[in-house]
This record gives sequence, structure tokens and C-alpha cells, in this order.
Amino acid sequence: MGEMDKTEIESRLRDVLVSELGLDADKINRTANFETDLDVDSLGVVELLMAMEDEFGVKIPDDEAEHIHTVGEAIDLVHGKLSA
Amino acid sequence: MSTGPRGRRRVVITGLGVVTPLGNEVEAFWSALLAGRSGVGPITHFDTSRFRTHIAAEVKDFRPEQHFDKREVRRLDPYSQYFVVACRQALAAAGVKFGPDDPDAVNAGVMVGGGFGGMGTFIEEVSVLLERGPERVSPTGIPKIIANMAAGLVSIEHNLLGPVSCVVTACSASANAIGDAAELIRRGAAELMVAGGSEAAITPYGLAGFNQARALSVRNDDPERASRPFDAERDGFVMGEGAGAVVLEEREGALSRGAPILGELIGYGMSADAYHITLPRPGGTGAARAMQAALRDAGMGPSDIGYINAHGTSTEANDAGETAAIKIAFGEDAYRVPVSSTKSMTGHLLGGAGAVEAIVSLLALNRGMLPPTINQEHPDPECDLDYVPNAARPFEAEYAMSNSFGFGGHNVALIVGSERVAATA
Repeated sequence: MGEMDKTEIESRLRDVLVSELGLDADKINRTANFETDLDVDSLGVVELLMAMEDEFGVKIPDDEAEHIHTVGEAIDLVHGKLSA
Repeated sequence: MSTGPRGRRRVVITGLGVVTPLGNEVEAFWSALLAGRSGVGPITHFDTSRFRTHIAAEVKDFRPEQHFDKREVRRLDPYSQYFVVACRQALAAAGVKFGPDDPDAVNAGVMVGGGFGGMGTFIEEVSVLLERGPERVSPTGIPKIIANMAAGLVSIEHNLLGPVSCVVTACSASANAIGDAAELIRRGAAELMVAGGSEAAITPYGLAGFNQARALSVRNDDPERASRPFDAERDGFVMGEGAGAVVLEEREGALSRGAPILGELIGYGMSADAYHITLPRPGGTGAARAMQAALRDAGMGPSDIGYINAHGTSTEANDAGETAAIKIAFGEDAYRVPVSSTKSMTGHLLGGAGAVEAIVSLLALNRGMLPPTINQEHPDPECDLDYVPNAARPFEAEYAMSNSFGFGGHNVALIVGSERVAATA
């Protein structure tokens, strides 16, 4: 698989957020905050991390997860890991 | 203040709700019972080809997305979904709504009874644990599995800030929940309780486990005739699922707010068999003591009871034992009082059974109709009472008893009074 660009990551992340977390597709954009805009609670954050790990085949330790507040930050984190 | 036996506060019933194999609201359910319809059919929830039993009484046409948002659909096991929906019906019927600042909310609570909780979720999560490891188990699994969560969800949804609790006593759980909730109101710990129970155990493990205990009917080629309580050819119970809920209120409070007065919770009795983990004590002496305790609690004698909704599971041991128990508790009246098992139509809702059957008992009194025991074809000499065979029939009575017995030796009897009784000072 070639290097994944951020547009593809966003598209796949969006699908996962809808299918795995039950989020509203039309509320999801790069600036959306998981907690305040998307109503993702503390349990939902763990679901989010698991879904990201499964979808992109990456490992996200808790100390890195703490820095994810928005959809854009989640995309950046995945992009960084896949490019490393 | 109007008081019942021993000068205590009276507890009236002001709302009913059901999700059952015979209908997902009260009127449809009641019509199906009077028509003598069976809710039993081939299991559709999963592939049963490797199991001894292939039939159950499943809830039909229950679409979670009609009742819950997407996140709730994912986070609530059917066990909780059924209970939440039954409670919504009951609270809406009772006209109960507590806003965020309502001072009465602190005196309102919820009590759920369940045999297991989210059994299907538990199986799935354990499979994930074994196949994919501890870090792939869902963070929402435990709240989805624990049996008390159904009560927590109802309290959250309806802002019930008083006693919120859970009873886990197998197939007597929701009868205990109603009885215990009524006790809380009687002693002034709450003014209003929504109480009942639920089960959603028609899962691969539930079916396998009961099959291995040789508890289930294997009349796979004739599902509608499989649940046949008291009939000589009964061969085990048929699993059911669903939930029932009632709104219980202190009578004066209910009257002053103009609540619909549907009935009264008159008596509650419990006993233990102290005999075996799954078998009832032969001779029915344990179950009889629960019925006698309920009569004492109500300040009544056997002649006051006009209908018994039996536990009547369609197992060899229960039906003979329960018949013997009724004879001990009711004496001569055992042959007078009509006894029916609506499990012949609903299957066995396990932890949800007691609540659904208390509702059936109350509807029977209010509507003046006895729901039948269907599939009565071959009389059993050990089961010689009037089981209201095969067809509903009219009657008149003011008080009914509902029996529920559970693995572990739990015996529970509830006595309900009609809407006429509840309305009488």
C-alpha cells in the first residue's frame, strides 16, 4: 500500500466514526471537537482509539491519545504514524 | 391517609408497559392472550442447527432504531432496550414526567429485575477477549452487561432521583422488583416507583445452558404446541424474552395528581425452597409458603382470590409441584379458583416473567376475562385444577395472585387488586 494522504485518512476515519461510534456524518469535519461538537464521552474516546487502531493498523498509546481533541488532530496523528 | 392492612400506606398501579413475544404494547398483547395465540416459533436470532432446541418465543418487530439514537442502539443490550421501552410506556400511561428541577423527582425511583442482564453482550465480549485480546474488549461492554444498568438508564432518561436498584433472582426477579418497590413506597422511602423486569437470553449461551440442564422443550417440529403447562405431554419450558413494567404510587398522591388508577398492589410473599440449585422442592411446600405469606401480607384468605396466574413453566417438576403448592395454600379453594399459565403463549420470559404476569393478572381483573392455558390436550393426574383450558372465558373477581419461582429456590407471590378495589377508600 502506498502512502496514505490526509484526504484518504479523513474519508476512512469519517466512515469509522459513523459505523463504529454512531456519530452523525454531517457533523464531522476537521475542526470538530470530539467532546464538545460530537458528544464523544470518556468511553467513546476509548472506542475512538480502538477504531483508529483497527482501521489504520497503528498503535496509539494513551500519552499520545491525550493530544487528540479534534478530528483534524486524529488525522494528523494517523498520518504521522503512517509516514514514519 | 387511607391505609391497608396493618395501617400501612396503600400502593396503587397507575401505568403499564410491555414488550413481549405477543406484542410490544399492552392492548396488542392482551388481545393476543385472549385469542389464545402462541408467540413461539423457530429461533431467528442465530443459527440453532447445532442445538437440541430450535424454538423460542422471540420479541417480534422490535426495531431498536425506532426507540433509540445510534449511540444508544450500540450501547444498550436488548435486555436494557426492552426494559427502557416498557418503562416509557408505563410512565407515559401514568402521565409521569419529572422536569430537571421538579422537587418530586427525589421521591421517584426505579427497580428492575433480571435473571442475567446483557447476556448476549457478555458472550460477544468474552469472544473478543479470547480471540483478539484484552485491548480489544469494548469500553462500553461492562455497562452494557450489568443487570442494574436497565434501572440506571431509566433513571437517567426520566430524571428519577430516588431509590434506583436491581433484583437478580432468576425467574422470580421482576416479581421481587415489583414487591420490593411497593415496600419502599409502603415505608415512605419513595412516593412513586416504576418497577418490573426484563430478559434477553435467547442467545447461543442461554439456549445451550438451558438445553444442557435438560430444561427446554425439544418439540421443534410443532413450536406453537411446545409450551404446554400442566399437560401430561409437556417436555420442558420454551424460552421467551421481553420486559414488563408498572408504575406504583402511594395512593393519596396518585389520586391528588389525577393519575389513572388501574389497580393496587395488595400482597407480597416470599419463601425459599432451601432444597436444590434448580429443582423445586417436591410436594410444593416452599412455593405454598410464598403464597401463604402473600395472603397474610394482604390480610386475606384463599377465598378472596379469584384468579391465579401460575408460574406454570411447562416443566415436569414445576407444574406438578406448583399444583401441589396451590392445594396446600388454598385448601378446598384450590379446586374453585381458576389457574392459568400464560407462559403457554408467551414462553418463559425468565427475569421478565413476573412483571408481565402481574400485568396479565391485573388486566384479567379489570377486563373480566381469564386468559387461557393453551395446549391442554392430555390431562395429567398430578395436575387436576381448573387451568382455564384452551379458551379465554369471562369471570368476575377483585383479587388475583401471580406466582414466580426461580433457580436457587426463590418463591414469590404477588397479589393485585382490581381498579375497583384501588378506587375504593
